[in-house]
Amino acid sequence: MPDPTPQPVEMLKHLRRARDLMDRDYAEPLDVPTMAERAFMSPAHFSREFKRAYGETPYGYLMTRRIERAMAFLRAGMSVTDACTAVGATSLGSFSSRFSALVGESPSSYRARSHDALEAMPDCIARTLGRPARYR
Amino acid sequence: MSGARRNVVGMSSNAVTLQYVHVTVDDVDQAIAFYRDALGFDVAMDVGGGEQRWVTLGVPAQPGLSIVLSPPAAGRSPEDAEAMARLLAKGVLPMVVFATNDLDATFERAVEAGAEVLQEPMQQDWGPRDAAFRDPAGNQVRVSQAA
Repeated sequence: MPDPTPQPVEMLKHLRRARDLMDRDYAEPLDVPTMAERAFMSPAHFSREFKRAYGETPYGYLMTRRIERAMAFLRAGMSVTDACTAVGATSLGSFSSRFSALVGESPSSYRARSHDALEAMPDCIARTLGRPARYR
Repeated sequence: MSGARRNVVGMSSNAVTLQYVHVTVDDVDQAIAFYRDALGFDVAMDVGGGEQRWVTLGVPAQPGLSIVLSPPAAGRSPEDAEAMARLLAKGVLPMVVFATNDLDATFERAVEAGAEVLQEPMQQDWGPRDAAFRDPAGNQVRVSQAA
C-alpha cells in the first residue's frame, strides 16, 4: 500500500539532484549508496522514495540512462565491451542482460543490424525513438 | 480560400507572435537575480506581491517577448499550488530553451550565478551545440549556440 503522505518538497529537491547526477555522471562509478549519501538518506529509504517520485528505482534509472548512451555508441560502431565500459557499467554480463531486457535484443545483435530507418528520420525524432522506453 | 489576406513585410495580416512565457519558481527574487545575472534579462514589470506575484523580464534583443516569473501559488488553489511546488522541486516542469551567440560565455555566467550544471556545452549528434542547467527553483534551462 503506497504511503499517502505527500513527499516533502525538500526531499524532492534531493531526489532531483540525485537524478541529475545520474544524467550527468552516468559514466562515473555511481552506485546507489553514493547517491543515497548525496541525498542524505539511507540506501533503502532513498531507493523507495526515488521510485515513489519518479516511478522507477534509482538503479533502474541509471542503467536505462547508460543503455541509452550505449545504444548511440553501438550505432556508431563501438565494440560491445568498449560501449559497456564507456557508459560506466562494470559487469559486461549484467549490462548485456539489462540491455536485452530493455531493448529487446542483445547488444551485439543491436550493433550488427542496420539502423538506416533511424538515420533517415529527423534527428530529434530519432533521438526520442532510439531511446529505450522507461515506462511501459 | 481567402484571397483577401495580404502580406505586410513578410507577415500575414493576422500573424501571431509569442509574447509571454510563464516560468514557475519557488523564490521569485532569487529567480530574478539568476535570470538577470546568468542570462541578461531585465525586469520590465513587477505585479502583486508575496505568493501572488508576477514579474515580467525581457531582453533588448527581443522586444515584445517576455518571460513571466511567478510562484506556484500565483492564481492557484492551495491544492494545485502544492502539486505545482512538488513538480517543480522534482524538476519535471517543462524546460525553457534559450539561444545565445556565445554559448561558452553564457554557460560560464550561469555557473557563476550558481546554476546546477546538467550538461556542459557539447555538440549534440542531433544538431545543436548546447548546454543545460537548472535555475535556482529547479527548472531545466537549456541554451543553444545560435547558428
